[in-house]
Amino acid sequence: MSNLLEVKNLNVSYGGIKAVKEISFEVPKGEVVTLIGANGAGKSSTLRSIVGLVKPEGGSIRFKDGELAGLPTDQIVSRGITLVPEGRRVFPDLTVLENLKIGAYMRKDSLEEDLRWVHDLFPRLKERSWQLAGTLSGGEQQMLAIGRALMSKPELIMMDEPSLGLAPIIVQGVFDIIREINKQGVTILLVEQNANMALKAANVGYVMETGRITMTGTGAELLENEEVKAAYLGKAKEK
Amino acid sequence: MSIKKKAMWNVGLIAALLGLLFLLEQVLPSGSMLFTVLKKGAIYALVAVSMNLLNGFTGLFSLGQAGFMLLGAYTYAILTIPVESRHSVYQYFDGGIVQFAIPVPLALIAGGIVAAVFAYLIGLPVLRLKSDYLAIATLGFAEIIRAVFQWDKLGPLTNGSNLLRNFPSFRSVLYPFIVSGICIALIVMLINSTYGRAFKAIRDDEVAAEAMGINLAHHKRLAFVISSFFAGISGGLLAMYQTTIQASMFKSAMTYEILLIVVIGGIGSVTGSCISSFLFIACSEWWLRFLDNENLYIGSFHVPFLRPGFRKVVFAVVIMMMVLFYRKGIMGTKEFSVEGVSGFFQKKLGRKKAAKGGASHE
Repeated sequence: MSNLLEVKNLNVSYGGIKAVKEISFEVPKGEVVTLIGANGAGKSSTLRSIVGLVKPEGGSIRFKDGELAGLPTDQIVSRGITLVPEGRRVFPDLTVLENLKIGAYMRKDSLEEDLRWVHDLFPRLKERSWQLAGTLSGGEQQMLAIGRALMSKPELIMMDEPSLGLAPIIVQGVFDIIREINKQGVTILLVEQNANMALKAANVGYVMETGRITMTGTGAELLENEEVKAAYLGKAKEK
Repeated sequence: MSIKKKAMWNVGLIAALLGLLFLLEQVLPSGSMLFTVLKKGAIYALVAVSMNLLNGFTGLFSLGQAGFMLLGAYTYAILTIPVESRHSVYQYFDGGIVQFAIPVPLALIAGGIVAAVFAYLIGLPVLRLKSDYLAIATLGFAEIIRAVFQWDKLGPLTNGSNLLRNFPSFRSVLYPFIVSGICIALIVMLINSTYGRAFKAIRDDEVAAEAMGINLAHHKRLAFVISSFFAGISGGLLAMYQTTIQASMFKSAMTYEILLIVVIGGIGSVTGSCISSFLFIACSEWWLRFLDNENLYIGSFHVPFLRPGFRKVVFAVVIMMMVLFYRKGIMGTKEFSVEGVSGFFQKKLGRKKAAKGGASHE
């Protein structure tokens, strides 16, 4: 299986403070890969540097045989990567439909088909086309954020904590959608604190701690791993 | 209502408005205050909408509008003063260095372009700043421009701190209406295009907009340049309206007036800016003038307090009330439309009917 995204020895720092230290990982095409870890582990910084919102200090990010490190965000997005930012960040004073159209901003072709696709995935968004995004509920906003990202027709969609601040039942719905999108051929890189849900959905998982990757394995393996259990799943080590 | 019907309504309304203006001009004496208000109101409407494009739709808090108007006004004036009267206008500078004149419409556009070029150059460093810092930097730019244009050494071009005059102006009230109308229509088209959507996305959330692939620097610069272009054109119109210009007219107070118009009309509403600019000009130039009259009697009662300048006190109070109790402005972010008005009346009528129906049941 070929790798869609390959990150090698990536370094990110904010004014001298190193947030990401020499990490390397791969995202195989068509799979769900997850990065789990505590607050401040460097997960979000990794995503932000892949999409060019922060400039990596060193290392390489290869996407489909092209180097992304150092490119501006608009060029990275037009190559087929989108980020669903942390905390949803929909445009509150634009309508739902306008939000979706902004997601397709880099594209010049017809949007009709993709609008139908997104509306099929999220019927709620169709009903609320003319409503201002700021008036949606948290769960609906998360759906909108994902739908907006899908509108750019990405090959790789990166989600930063899609379960943040949502009720457990809604979180379940969000993960169902993630599986559904993946089934339809979109590769997913997922960053989560909700390790249990993320690992269940993922083919491959990486555990990040203080800027480094400390463990890797398939989702099922990591779910069974004692250290992961103790640190992220809230289950004490068996003595 | 279908789009076609809506467009026909709008075209009809605009034609009716222009017809009404034409008729008024035939009937009323040309010195009437009404025309002063309409002319100046139309010019201020254009600059207010151009400022709204930046402040309301792109979320860039810029206070450089007076500076860009100055650039437009001076470019217009310098390029259109007839060659034969240049000697008397530039009497201290041997007739100046510009020894040609171009047609009025070209000069107006040139005014816009000069303002846009300056905006591009200023924008390169300044647009990296955010919110208040951007406001301070653009305000500073406007002040610097004003000082530079009064500089003696530039006299052969700008006539120093002396008046520029004798350039062509307009008589009919239709002229500023048509020019402003075309410009505002262009701005509205821009706002409704994909670019406009990108501007609004930047206003709502810069980081998310960037993550969607919108090039922040490019789009901010675009909004800044276009807004300045139209501010330049409105500066040219203002020069035509006032028949003489001087750099000292374009003080920061002028920018604040425009900002007030935008705030009163509703940040993010084009029609709001238009409506409030006419209201603002009417209040400041006409309706509140009586407050400056020291000897105002109602019957035999001498109204106290009134004296020259009192108008401004009342005006300030009105604005304070406005900001305190009506924070979203006249229109908020909504737009005035035939549909909205008819919907409003239908609702009222419907309610009355419903109330009547309820009453007859009893």
